[in-house]
Amino acid sequence: MHFHALDTYVPGQSPVHRLDPRVKLVLTVLFILTAALTPDRAWLIFGLLEGLILAAILTSRVGLALVQKRSALALPFLLAALTVVFARPGDAGDGWVLFLPGTPWAVSEAGIGRFLSIAARSYLSVQAAVLLAATTQFPDLLWGMQALKVPRLLVAVGGFLYRYLFVLADEARRMMQAREARSVVSGDERAGRSVAWRARVTGAMAGTLFLRAYERSERVWAAMVARGYDGEVRVLLSPVLRPSDWRAGVGLGLLLALILAAARGL
Amino acid sequence: MLQSEVLPSPTPMHIPDGFLSIGVVIVCWVLSIIGIGIALARTRKTLGERQVPVMGVLAAFIFAAQMLNFTIAGGTSGHFLGAALAAILLGPWAAMLTMTTVVAIQALLFQDGGLLALGANILNMAVIGPIVAYGFYRGVRTLVGNRKGSTLTAGFVAAWVSIVVAAAACAVELGFSGTSPIGIALPAMAGIHALIGIGEGLITLGALALVLATRPDLVEAERAPAPAGMRWVWGGLALAIVLALLSPLASPHPDGLERVAEDLGFIERAQEPFYEVIPDYVFPGIPNEALATMMAGVVGTLIVYGIAVGLAALFRRRAQTA
Repeated sequence: MHFHALDTYVPGQSPVHRLDPRVKLVLTVLFILTAALTPDRAWLIFGLLEGLILAAILTSRVGLALVQKRSALALPFLLAALTVVFARPGDAGDGWVLFLPGTPWAVSEAGIGRFLSIAARSYLSVQAAVLLAATTQFPDLLWGMQALKVPRLLVAVGGFLYRYLFVLADEARRMMQAREARSVVSGDERAGRSVAWRARVTGAMAGTLFLRAYERSERVWAAMVARGYDGEVRVLLSPVLRPSDWRAGVGLGLLLALILAAARGL
Repeated sequence: MLQSEVLPSPTPMHIPDGFLSIGVVIVCWVLSIIGIGIALARTRKTLGERQVPVMGVLAAFIFAAQMLNFTIAGGTSGHFLGAALAAILLGPWAAMLTMTTVVAIQALLFQDGGLLALGANILNMAVIGPIVAYGFYRGVRTLVGNRKGSTLTAGFVAAWVSIVVAAAACAVELGFSGTSPIGIALPAMAGIHALIGIGEGLITLGALALVLATRPDLVEAERAPAPAGMRWVWGGLALAIVLALLSPLASPHPDGLERVAEDLGFIERAQEPFYEVIPDYVFPGIPNEALATMMAGVVGTLIVYGIAVGLAALFRRRAQTA
């Protein structure tokens, strides 16, 4: 079993780890919402938010490098926003415009400001999401979502996904290992025949995996029925929030509201 | 090492936070929640108490299957999203819920796609993807008949269309948000995903062929009665066409943006992939540019549909003569 390879939780006992998952979820969404509602080029506000998330990361002691490494995963998408650097006619009035010699392209100051703002919002948000996943065990996260009124069925399906993800991921890994073992690579020659042939083999692997998963789900269902399952997933009631959870939730929530007011008002 | 090997690589389709405006975020959430709500009610009827274990384990399957990849050329490899395969094997409603949990957990656990942007990602990959895939799948099969060849062709086309349409929806959302001008984002996203979609189509085809050979009952199990089937055909087609109609409206400052982009020579550059389908992009005889773009989108959708039906018919004839 390679159980831990997929799990993004970093064990710890910090105040961030101990915070109630409901509070953590709400605060994370509020943080991302604040970043989303901050106007373009409000660099001071972006800096404040970055300071806030860095403080939270340091408090959690999951490791600054780890959070930054995982956050970098979202960066390639910035390519999709790169085009705003070139053409922003609405704001073309303020700031300089630089025509790139030899090409029909021009870069505007406003466009660069917009691009950097999108990058800042995106990076702030992904750090918050990484911290949430690194400090909250997934079952707790699911439980928090259910307490926050996410449909029970979706939460239950999410729980099953998490439970069997590792089993099926291991199965997929073994299949790929088997394919590797049967695929001769000689020199520069690639393993397998044409691309279509390789795709078809991969398709057959996906089909096999589907059948194994489907048959497993039938066994799981039968086992559940044998233990009295009637279609309803029952969970323990939510415990009340501790005073420390209230303090952290209300305090940080107010701080975010203040930052947002400053961002929109100034 | 293990992490990078096991984690699904970020596809250009999972929108992170920060790229969408709040208006777009809210609209996408509302549409997704409506879709999920209907799907929850429908699957309760069809799957009953098997709902949770079947959809849960199969959601894990979709997740694990996204690890399977194959080399295309150089360092690039084909990956698998699974919306179409799920829609064909589980039916559209169960596929919507399965894909919703997959997309949600990718965002929560692996930060593949943002949390606020989750509404949009669910809409693209878990609502629009399965509906369009199922619509095209049923459509091609209804028009051509239930042979093995036509099932496989329908599966390939459904997978390809689901990827391209989901990518187009993503581009429209980015356009409405003012993150990426639609005249550039749409052709670029649709172009890239027209290639990615071929990989998706081939994997879906391979998986379907295997399931048909070993457990044909599973492919036939979810077949809805004919009238409901036709609703899906029209629904899928309508959704693709609505998206084509929305696309020219997606730019917040259409006139200025288009003018500047045209001055800089982008539009011609960026739209090259479309020239192959619709020669002039702007339809001759239609003066209004937005209207012409809409027409081009609609006609393009219908052409893809026509090609799919033609291909399936061809395969069927070959299967009959052989």
